[in-house]
Amino acid sequence: MIEFKNVSKLYRKGVRAVRNINLKVDDGEFVFLTGKSGAGKSTLLKLITRELTASDGEVIVNGRDLKRLKDREIPKYRRELGIVFQDFRLLNDRNVYENIAFAQRVIGAPLSEIRKNVPMMMQLTGISSKYKSMPDQLSGGEQQRVAIARALINRPSVILADEPTGNLDEKNSEEIMRLLTEINNMGTTVLIITHSRQLVESMKKRVIVMDKGTIVDDYIDPSANKPVSAFFESETKKRGRSRKNPEFNGAGLKIVTDEDEW
Amino acid sequence: MGTVIYCLKQGLSNLKKNVLFSAASAVTIAACIFLFSLCYCIIVNVQHITYKAETTIGITVFFDEGATMEQKEELKNAILEHGGVKEITYMSAEEAWESFKEDYFGDRSEELAAAFADDNPLADSDSYEIFLNNIEDQEAEVEFIRGFDIVREVNYANSIVSALESLNRVIYVVSGVIITLLFCISIFLISNTINLTAHMRKHENEIMKMIGATNGMIRAPFVVEGTLLGLIGAAVPFALMCYIYKRAELKVAEYAMGSSTLGALKDIAELVPFSLVYPKLITAGLVLGVGMGFLVSFFTIRKHLKV
Repeated sequence: MIEFKNVSKLYRKGVRAVRNINLKVDDGEFVFLTGKSGAGKSTLLKLITRELTASDGEVIVNGRDLKRLKDREIPKYRRELGIVFQDFRLLNDRNVYENIAFAQRVIGAPLSEIRKNVPMMMQLTGISSKYKSMPDQLSGGEQQRVAIARALINRPSVILADEPTGNLDEKNSEEIMRLLTEINNMGTTVLIITHSRQLVESMKKRVIVMDKGTIVDDYIDPSANKPVSAFFESETKKRGRSRKNPEFNGAGLKIVTDEDEW
Repeated sequence: MGTVIYCLKQGLSNLKKNVLFSAASAVTIAACIFLFSLCYCIIVNVQHITYKAETTIGITVFFDEGATMEQKEELKNAILEHGGVKEITYMSAEEAWESFKEDYFGDRSEELAAAFADDNPLADSDSYEIFLNNIEDQEAEVEFIRGFDIVREVNYANSIVSALESLNRVIYVVSGVIITLLFCISIFLISNTINLTAHMRKHENEIMKMIGATNGMIRAPFVVEGTLLGLIGAAVPFALMCYIYKRAELKVAEYAMGSSTLGALKDIAELVPFSLVYPKLITAGLVLGVGMGFLVSFFTIRKHLKV
């Protein structure tokens, strides 16, 4: 579970990247984090990966208060997260197999485990036939599959994807989202940062909208079967899927379920 | 085990990725260690020669003309009573002349000595050869002997020893300055090489950090790279020194054997056997090279670990 309690992040130059964020993502949820550039999405992601620490409030992931995490505990914590980037970040001097195995090698996994897990992940992500290919011989969609396989191989409880379809065409984007949905169906929490309204609308999942460092909306498509954590006024109201929350002050959360009226 | 092999492979791969800088670092370390080895060998040998000069040449005491054998015997007893003497031998004028002919005339001894017929040019050169237990007592012993009336002249290795000691001091200072300078250049170059590799691997290191690699795991290939640079830098000068030293050993021995001008110095003109020199040489070279490579890479990479 990921939980933000009154979290603010103030950068050195006095810029407040996020302010008073309250958010809860339950285990096994599939969540989109969306908003304009500079809304604070990446800061939120970095707070989860512990690249940054909150100036105020608490970030709790899988029961750990990240502010209290010691430097030497960070690597072990990060193994619980699988991170997927927009630009794939594959190692261009290594083939598909080696790119996926890399994630296990660097945490000191035994060779026998690597030999067992890499083919399994390649099969799951549908890139088994390309195991010898170098990244520059793959399409964007295939490269992203490799990146997802690498993110998954250490069996993280959470997948964090930063614009995973940002560099892909529509067809490849759909395939990647289908893959991430499959992974989510296996019980992994998936948090995706995206600008793409089309993608968010097509997936019918929970959506958190950020603007100027605050959460301005948190809604779920009524056809999805997941509980909603919060429900705020937003511009999505215009699309008729959100309702105004008169109590919203940027800090409080009102828990509602999909039985509520839409 | 797999992790160790992985880190070693990555360290080697770092070297390959950055061949020119790696070569420059290794060459500088090699130059530094070579110079260190050279100075070490010179110092060891100068010390060895100094010691041999002190112990082999000893103190030679010449007597006044007309000194009787009784007086000479009294002097001998006095010297022995004074203590600290390992050996005292009397060399008659005849023996001195024979020794001179052997040292300076060599194979043509009979032919050249014929000109002197029965005249002994060293007639008044009978002497005592004195060897001490402790060479440090030499100055005091010489002073003591000079106090006797029948003593005309006392020769000892002082001039050779002090010349060798001066040479040693010069070598210490000059080599110290050059080695320090080369060490600084080596540290700078290793650090630059590691920084460059770290920059080339920045992308990989970032991924490693996000995946959950420990600092040790990220650092390991760089430390392997630095250590390998040090190892190469130490191995090359050692091999070179090995060759040069053995050649020098032979040359000095040949020269000493064939030379007629060395005289009494013949006995001291030999290098310390390489078998005695190399254990210290190889240890010092490895400690310097590997130690420097390890430490410089370890500390250089620290600033790249913050992600």
